[in-house]
Amino acid sequence: MSRLAIPKTYKLYIGGKFPRSESGRVYEVTTKEGAFVANAAKASRKDARDAVVAARAALSGWSGATGYNRGQVLYRIAELLEGRRAQFIDEIATTEGVTHAEAEAQVDEAIDRWVWYAGWADKYAQVAGSGNPVAGPYFNISVPEPTGVVAVVAPQAEGSLLGFVSAVAPALVAGNTVVVIASERYPLSAVSLSEVLATSDVPGGVINILTGSPAEIAPWLASHADVNALDLLGAGELDWVDLQIAAAETLKRVSPPENGPDAGAPRLERITAFTETKTVWHTKGLL
Amino acid sequence: MTIDTASAERAVAPAARAIEVIGGDLTEKSLRRYLEGIPGVDAVGLEQRAAALGTRSIKTTSKAWALDRIIELIDLTTLEGADTPGKVRSLVAKALVPDAADPTTPRVAAVCVYGDMVPHAVRALGSAHAAGGDTGIAVAAVATAFPSGRASLEVKLADTADAVRSGADEIDMVIDRGAFLSGRYGLVFDEIVAVKEACRREDGSYAHLKVILETGELNTYDNVRRASWLAILAGGDFIKTSTGKVSPAATLPVTLSMLEVVRDWHRLTGEKIGVKPAGGIRSSKDAIKHLVTVAETVGEEWLQPHLFRFGASSLLNDVLLQRQKLRTGAYSGPDYVTVD
Repeated sequence: MSRLAIPKTYKLYIGGKFPRSESGRVYEVTTKEGAFVANAAKASRKDARDAVVAARAALSGWSGATGYNRGQVLYRIAELLEGRRAQFIDEIATTEGVTHAEAEAQVDEAIDRWVWYAGWADKYAQVAGSGNPVAGPYFNISVPEPTGVVAVVAPQAEGSLLGFVSAVAPALVAGNTVVVIASERYPLSAVSLSEVLATSDVPGGVINILTGSPAEIAPWLASHADVNALDLLGAGELDWVDLQIAAAETLKRVSPPENGPDAGAPRLERITAFTETKTVWHTKGLL
Repeated sequence: MTIDTASAERAVAPAARAIEVIGGDLTEKSLRRYLEGIPGVDAVGLEQRAAALGTRSIKTTSKAWALDRIIELIDLTTLEGADTPGKVRSLVAKALVPDAADPTTPRVAAVCVYGDMVPHAVRALGSAHAAGGDTGIAVAAVATAFPSGRASLEVKLADTADAVRSGADEIDMVIDRGAFLSGRYGLVFDEIVAVKEACRREDGSYAHLKVILETGELNTYDNVRRASWLAILAGGDFIKTSTGKVSPAATLPVTLSMLEVVRDWHRLTGEKIGVKPAGGIRSSKDAIKHLVTVAETVGEEWLQPHLFRFGASSLLNDVLLQRQKLRTGAYSGPDYVTVD
């Protein structure tokens, strides 16, 4: 007797839960050749709004955790990704039309990159911060602190998992919470990653994943007064100058799009881009 | 439960409304017979009706109107043990200018504070104090051993009279839920009548009396309906759901059932009683659902500060965020309203 396959419903990930889009809309995810693979939720502006509320609520807990603790939590995600390798390889090979070996290489690199960033969680402050020499009996210390809620447009091209990890991991390392718009064409690995996140130790709301049209959702996030920074890493195809203008209205920190094979390459600047430097003066003990 | 004949025949305070409706020989027994003769509430129907009213979609100009009207209906409240005169002054400042970035924002209806904070609220309001007039902001004070209501009648009356003397325009009293739930309706009735009398000012006018039923402790819709009738018969100007200190507080079905009593009372006597849901209404969406329920149950003329109020503290900020969204087209955030 032939068995009826159970197709998976790909949903959003907001505040640690998996809601359908508030609008009820879905769109088709297809193979390279155009064959149907799955329906993904098509997020609306209200989903983006809800995601920002969830991200804001999660901020104090995540940014207040010690760097060491954040590193542990992020590393644990890499461990779980490793356990789901086969699923990611399968989804990438189906939708992106690459060979099994190429998909495997992408997943491995994504996991390695996640681990690389996780390691920085309790180290970047030492590199980006400083003890400043001042003319007076004071300690003068500069330390980087997370910017807040970061809205991210993930890379839209092939290499969806790697691009997603490159976009999200650096903002998380510093203690920001993120609302990320996944690749419109290749959203499956982002949604599967949300299932990894839900079963890891990341508090709900720290990462919120929207699937759908970046051209539709990004302007709402760019103009949202409760978003502190905008990472346009994968927004090269959008009218991103307009997004920058909208973001300027509330003085958001904006990181421009990157194109080409080195887009989102792992580097410390990706972490420090979404931090604010706080400098404190403290009197020295006069002996 | 049986009550001994002596107390059943005990006359309760001769409140004008009760005499008119129940008849001249007002005793514990006749009051009890009247209240228990009120038909029960169809709980399933009530909840379905409330849920159906909550599905209305209010958009654009209607939404803008609703948001402004919500602000005009708010009793901006601070009822914390940690309240200070400074906290009350900042509450009043917010009541006067809810959104400093938008001078078109209307003012709230009243500020609601503990009795000892009334002088501070009156002073902070200055010329903006309604003081019985139609314009300006009123000062409401909670009294009668709020929120539990567990004190002797003398203490409750002194509490009320003190707040009225200090300049309170409205008194929010709590009923004795213990007495109500054990069937001693006459006791609750007498207390409301006595507190109403304590609301009398030297010039013979009365401070408005809001009667808090604390529906979260009444357990059933039948009790809510009965307590609403009791409060109105005894002379309450407003019936209010909750103190905000007990959960669940104001839910839509409870407010609906109280509105139905107010509607029935209006049909019976032509008199308009106010309703104040308080506690647990935090979002504009919830508040709009209440507006719809009021308009559909008792009519739009009830959507005025002297007949309907929201008792709320955090609701105002959410309404302001929604107003900012409508004005600018972009979502606003908590950085753009005050931290209360």
